[in-house]
Amino acid sequence: MSRYRFVLYRPFQLIPVLIGISIITFVLIRSIPGDPARVLLGPRTTESALARVREQFGLDEPLWLQYFYFVKNLFKGELGKSILYKVDVLKLIATRIEPTLVLVIGSVLLALLIATPMAAIAARRRGSWADHLIRIISTAGLGFPAFWLAIMLILLFSVQLGWFPVTGYGRTFWEKVHHMTLPCLTTGLALAAVLTRNLRASILAELQSDQATAARARGLPENVVFWRHVVPNSLVPTVNLLAVNIGWLISGSVVIETVFAIPGMGQLLIRGIFTRDYMVVQGVAMVFACATVLVNFLADILTVTIDPRVKL
Amino acid sequence: MTDAPILTVNNLSVAYEGGGTSHTIIDGVSFTLRRGEILGIVGESGSGKSMTCRALMRLLPSSRLRVTGGSVWLEDGRDVLSLSQGELTQVRGRRIGMIFQNPASHLDPVMSIGRQIAESIRHHRKIGRKEAWARMLDILRQVGIPDPESRANAYTHEFSGGMRQRAMIAVALACDPDILIADEPTTALDVTVQAQILRLLQQLRDERGLSIIFITHDLGVVYQLCDTVAVMYAGRLCEYGAMHEVIHRPRHHYTAGLVACQPGSEGGTGRVHTIPGQPPSPGDMPPGCRFHPRCGAADALCAARQPPLRETHEGHACACHHPVGIEAEAEA
Amino acid sequence: MSGTRAISARRIRWPGTVTPLVLGAAILLTWLLIALFAPLLAPYDPIYQDAAVRLQPPSWAHPLGTDNFGRDILSRVIWAARIDLQIAVFGVVFPFVIGTVAGSISGFFGGWVDTIFMRVIDVVLAFPFLVLMLAIITITGPGLGSFYIAMALVGWVSYARLIRAQFLVLKNSDFAMAAVSLGYSNSRVMFRHIMPNAILSSVVFSMSDAVLVLLNGAAISYLGLGVQPPVAEWGIMIAEGQGFITSAWWITTFPGIAIVTLAMGFSLLADGLGEALGVRE
Repeated sequence: MSRYRFVLYRPFQLIPVLIGISIITFVLIRSIPGDPARVLLGPRTTESALARVREQFGLDEPLWLQYFYFVKNLFKGELGKSILYKVDVLKLIATRIEPTLVLVIGSVLLALLIATPMAAIAARRRGSWADHLIRIISTAGLGFPAFWLAIMLILLFSVQLGWFPVTGYGRTFWEKVHHMTLPCLTTGLALAAVLTRNLRASILAELQSDQATAARARGLPENVVFWRHVVPNSLVPTVNLLAVNIGWLISGSVVIETVFAIPGMGQLLIRGIFTRDYMVVQGVAMVFACATVLVNFLADILTVTIDPRVKL
Repeated sequence: MTDAPILTVNNLSVAYEGGGTSHTIIDGVSFTLRRGEILGIVGESGSGKSMTCRALMRLLPSSRLRVTGGSVWLEDGRDVLSLSQGELTQVRGRRIGMIFQNPASHLDPVMSIGRQIAESIRHHRKIGRKEAWARMLDILRQVGIPDPESRANAYTHEFSGGMRQRAMIAVALACDPDILIADEPTTALDVTVQAQILRLLQQLRDERGLSIIFITHDLGVVYQLCDTVAVMYAGRLCEYGAMHEVIHRPRHHYTAGLVACQPGSEGGTGRVHTIPGQPPSPGDMPPGCRFHPRCGAADALCAARQPPLRETHEGHACACHHPVGIEAEAEA
Repeated sequence: MSGTRAISARRIRWPGTVTPLVLGAAILLTWLLIALFAPLLAPYDPIYQDAAVRLQPPSWAHPLGTDNFGRDILSRVIWAARIDLQIAVFGVVFPFVIGTVAGSISGFFGGWVDTIFMRVIDVVLAFPFLVLMLAIITITGPGLGSFYIAMALVGWVSYARLIRAQFLVLKNSDFAMAAVSLGYSNSRVMFRHIMPNAILSSVVFSMSDAVLVLLNGAAISYLGLGVQPPVAEWGIMIAEGQGFITSAWWITTFPGIAIVTLAMGFSLLADGLGEALGVRE
């Protein structure tokens, strides 16, 4: 269990990064030209509201003290109020987490489901037409704009075949599954292109590895060698790749939520930008950044679990 | 040691094919292995000793390497080289086990040792999970791994070098093979651990009647362990016979050179003895005897014609036109 | 042989003799020529609205159809090549330069300089790429200039990390040691001896980075925060056509294909360069 000791002290090591995240979000919003209180509350506001926000965030104080107020409010869970929705930003974000989470997790699962067999076929039949085809498709896939792919999938599955709804999220579990299939497939396909290339390369390396040769020498059939010894070892670097790509995945979800009108955090961010709802922009950016840090931490735990050699 | 050969390698040849050309890497290697015999295959790196054993297991490391001729007969008369894939998986592990120089890289790092052994047992024996696990613990005990119940759940990297090699022997012996191919299993170990592993192999031979092909470049190890020796040079067998015969009365000039290179060998002058020159590369083999450019006794015949492997004494064969200690007979 | 799976040690051969490098360069060159000669190649004015030919499917007069304003899609796709190529180039150049300078300083001097740079990089990397870019664009306002600023502020970290890692390896290499022992100054060793070696992998990376930059630029324009109408840009064209996909699929389809081919050109070039120069990403 000593290999898991990092779970206890790693959070402390992450403190500088979290401080950095708070500084960047703080600086970003304060660098908007104009009276910060008016910027934060928008053009149509009352003098009393302005005074309240000035006091809460110390907007009349020097900048370093303002940052102190900002962090203090952060610890109280107060990121300010949304101008548009008139509610606390954190509460607003909380209602938007589920669709985004479903989108990200669903995309990763679909991507693995697509990429693993593709990479397996390509690597085992190296140099065959199937390998070439998969290589060409995955190379092309890297360059597919997700929003365009989404529209093409809507055109095929929603407009032509009528299998899935065009936009929205739904209320019941099955409605949500129905609505989220196409969005997840879109990001999943884009991610699968990255994973397939990577997984193919590591399977090829692992197929020639000493441990695979030794497994063959024990008389294990090629299929057993492949699925029980080659693939598990090849998946280890893939987990890291997924963790590295989480930021990319969240970025993708922002766009995809806009295409499919999914009421998630990405959509909230984009609306916030257009309506100059800066508190919302600030809050969403910070939550996304913290989520990325958290996912990387979770990926470390997962890596330690699946690869007994790793010590962190 | 009984007389019936348990493995007969006959005229085995391997070629490297690439870029439109073909180089012979292994050229007509033949030897036999009897029950309970430990055969040492000796040679410099690149002499083809390892490749020979990979070839007879049909585990050549690249698709550009191909067996171009020969046969590998098992005791029951089957030729390993003409088995189907399905039959092959029954021979590998079940008839012939194999251990390697670097156990760290030849064991699956993400599967526990116990599960790797049990996996092989279940594949070959078709027995239940529990039974396989019990057998596995038994094998770990036999190879001298202390506290097998808890070590079975450990992973490769949690073992020390010597224990790793024991674990690999356990994996290889999981299905009770008749033959063990050991590819330089002690090269990476320090001397005391090396001695322990050699003792373990000897013990396994004595207790189970295991036959072992031991690949090494170390004549000292051969001297401690082997019954017979095959000396390889540049992909060919140059001397083959009973260990004491070969070591004490080498007939081939290359073997004589190897023996003289051993520190403390008979007739040693206290200086480090070396064989002049370098072994040839596969694409650039000299004609005739492949050793002749480095051989002090070479003449025009050696450069012109390849010497056949001939018996010079009972159970001692040598491929040389002018064997050491034997009057040169004029070849017609 | 049949005993083992056919695993050859050599690199995979692409069909025929067309290497990724050649194919990628050919695609890029084609788009470059299209962009250069857009005024000659485009049959119509890309922003001229002709109400008489609204939402026309592909025909001889309009090979790729027309949009809801009656603008010719082919002409718009051709003119947009200018903007999108510019996005890919500038979106890579600024981060490349900033990242190279930061990374080489960090890697060469080490110590507290390095520690500070690494902390900053960690923090920037903690933000999802697009989210941070969007946050910056929120301040600077929509537009292509904002996109380049955001790209430079966010994108430099990848190059800085790459160069820094190369420096750390090369700093201790024999030839750098030899140069220092010959009495060359720090900066001379840095820029004459280490930099040419370190920069090689960045150049290869910049090719695959161009794919991401292009997709990002198009995405931001699609969201309405980048290039502004009525300028022809592939991302905007896709956004403009989205409302008409049931009736006029051609408005969104063709700009997308344009992005895919240009991105494929960069990807192939990155693959080919990486293979030719022996650089792994």
